[in-house]
Amino acid sequence: MTEITRRDAIKLGAAAAVTAGASGLIRSPGALAQTSFAPKPEAGASLKVLRWKRFVQGDEDVWTANTKKYTDTTGVAVRVDSENWEDVRPKAAVAANVGSGPDIIITTNDDAQKFPNKLLDVSDLADYLGGKYGGWYPVCDRYSKRDGKWIGIPMGCAGNALVYRKSHIQKAGFEEIPKDLAGYLKMCQGLKKNGTPAGFALGHATGDANCWTHWCLWAHGGKMVDDQNHVVLDSPETIAALEYGKQLYATYIEGTLSWLDPSNNKAFLTGDISLTSNGISIYYAAKTSDDPAMKAMAEDIYHANFPIGPVGVPTEQNLFFNMIIFKYSKFPNAAKDYLRFMMEKEQYLPWQTASIGYTAHPLAAYADNPFWTQDPKSLPYRDAVKVMRDNGYSGTLGAESAQCMADFLIVDMFAKACTGSVTPAEAAKTAHEQAKRIYKA
Amino acid sequence: MAVVSEALERRGAGWRRLGAIVADSRDLLGWLFMLPAAALLLVFLLYPLGLGLWLGLTNATLGDPGEFIGLDNFWTLFSDDVYWLSVFNTIFYTVVASVAKFMLGLWLAMLLNEHMPFKAFIRAIVLLPWIVPTVLSAIAFWWIYDSQFSIISWALRHMGLIKNNIDFLGDPWNARISVIIANVWRGIPFVAISLLAGLQTIPSSLYEAAVLDGATGWQKFRFITLPMLTPIIAVVMTFSVLFTFTDFQLIYVLTRGGPINATHLMATLAFQRAIPGGQLGQGAALASSMIPFLVASVMFSYFGLQRRKWQQGGRD
Repeated sequence: MTEITRRDAIKLGAAAAVTAGASGLIRSPGALAQTSFAPKPEAGASLKVLRWKRFVQGDEDVWTANTKKYTDTTGVAVRVDSENWEDVRPKAAVAANVGSGPDIIITTNDDAQKFPNKLLDVSDLADYLGGKYGGWYPVCDRYSKRDGKWIGIPMGCAGNALVYRKSHIQKAGFEEIPKDLAGYLKMCQGLKKNGTPAGFALGHATGDANCWTHWCLWAHGGKMVDDQNHVVLDSPETIAALEYGKQLYATYIEGTLSWLDPSNNKAFLTGDISLTSNGISIYYAAKTSDDPAMKAMAEDIYHANFPIGPVGVPTEQNLFFNMIIFKYSKFPNAAKDYLRFMMEKEQYLPWQTASIGYTAHPLAAYADNPFWTQDPKSLPYRDAVKVMRDNGYSGTLGAESAQCMADFLIVDMFAKACTGSVTPAEAAKTAHEQAKRIYKA
Repeated sequence: MAVVSEALERRGAGWRRLGAIVADSRDLLGWLFMLPAAALLLVFLLYPLGLGLWLGLTNATLGDPGEFIGLDNFWTLFSDDVYWLSVFNTIFYTVVASVAKFMLGLWLAMLLNEHMPFKAFIRAIVLLPWIVPTVLSAIAFWWIYDSQFSIISWALRHMGLIKNNIDFLGDPWNARISVIIANVWRGIPFVAISLLAGLQTIPSSLYEAAVLDGATGWQKFRFITLPMLTPIIAVVMTFSVLFTFTDFQLIYVLTRGGPINATHLMATLAFQRAIPGGQLGQGAALASSMIPFLVASVMFSYFGLQRRKWQQGGRD
């Protein structure tokens, strides 16, 4: 790997910031002011970090190696514990409530917005990183800032792209995934006809089910709330999304109403489905398997971004990762310094490469990671943070958006309409009333 | 020196007198012995319960203790369709699973009470579902019920009995029944082994007398076994109902309350609202609303099943 000096990194960051800033892709222009940041870890500092358990082995290996490098450099001992990503949330909640626990927790989606007062202001660190590495993508402001202050450092997101078997879509008459909704539906119908259907989770799968249903809703112009947090779910756009979703659901393999997050991975890797949405972990599992059949499947696996609907822009919803430091930490400087170290190019890019892009970067300059072009199959994941929307779109993130997500409000609205238990109009109306109750409370 | 030793002696005498008073007073001694248990109950039961009830009356969110808002959380819940669906699911789940566990558990206990080879070994095996951590057995059922990889569907397809896989957890009613079966499988050993212990306390002389009187098998069961077992049935079923009503892990692993909230129990919904949703107050209110149901089931067990008339084989 090419050695990158600090000076090179600053130059690269500044150049990327100018380019991206000119194209309007990034935010935080004020952030460019701060170019140095060196918090001195407290004497005798040690840190406890809780993070989600890796989806790809390379992630854990290099994260651990980087952590060791930090300890070797600074003398600050860091203990990293991993939990299933859905179990991190209760632990973060308990830590916030009782004021004790890990110094740093790597949370998902809008967790930080549920207890912002318990979190350390990390604006100085965020400004430094944003200034150095070309600025943060817009969605980072939404997830990691509160009242103008940064309450978390974005780690990136697990991009959700369409994962498909090329040979199967070719048999259905398509060379690549159509970029429009009509073509996409036609392709799914073709796959079903050939006995190689698509499969997207529609049970209470926090990651996968929310991902494709939010995409479908937003692609048609529907949304839960407007900019003022007024519930606007019951709309012609939402009903159009549900009608489209119903047609898509008819092309899926049977049983997706019961699917949880791991279900589509299993079904894809056993060849039961030929199209789903997921992180790059399915491809990683096939590619790194010793089984020749799996290796052959990896050759046939490709990725693509979701089609774009009438709104004319990407409408993806991905699993966002936010690194938060609690105010109760006895070593806030060490915690900030650790996060700075892990986010620096010298650590972040090898880590991202080892995890074959499972985590898409939140900083614009990291789009230059050579890894993205070395294996073109990973390219659809590169801009996941850049194009994604937050789950509170287009209102503000907070307790209400979190509860709507926790209650699977959008997922269940689609499930009701797709299975025909109620009409799309009735499903939209019921979900609208539920959302109103939450936003009113 | 002499003054100090005199003072110490006086103090020692005082302690001895106090000890003698306590030892002589049965009431005082009784209270003293109850103190550790009372402290444990106070700290680990009463305080969390009180805190939960209080939280239910506040608008507490994660990290914010909130303010007293009276019964607002309850009014919000009562106007929420998902809440009422969870109430229905919980009652249905508890009633069906508890009845099934009782009937199958009693049947199994009576079988195990018979003389058979390897009796101790078989009794140990029967306990396995109860011993295995719930999460592990739930994961096993998750595979058994998988819409693509279910061994049941696979077997039935290969026997030519079905053409398509059974959608165990994807259809609301299938899902409800499937989670109940998983709960019953897990809960039977507790009922069976407890009832077996009860069966072994029934004097064989009663059965011998019944045989001499020409009683049939059913009559022996109806007028000896069942009445004699009633006290233990009351205790076992009280616990069984409580465990079932407050079940969480099985649902959390198998369905997360889906599909379309068809398997959401009050406990899983309370967790969902309080932790992932961040609404501690509402989650606590939801959990508090389980208390009347639980109290009712305990009352039924204690004041119903423990009736002396029933225990003597009579009727009301």
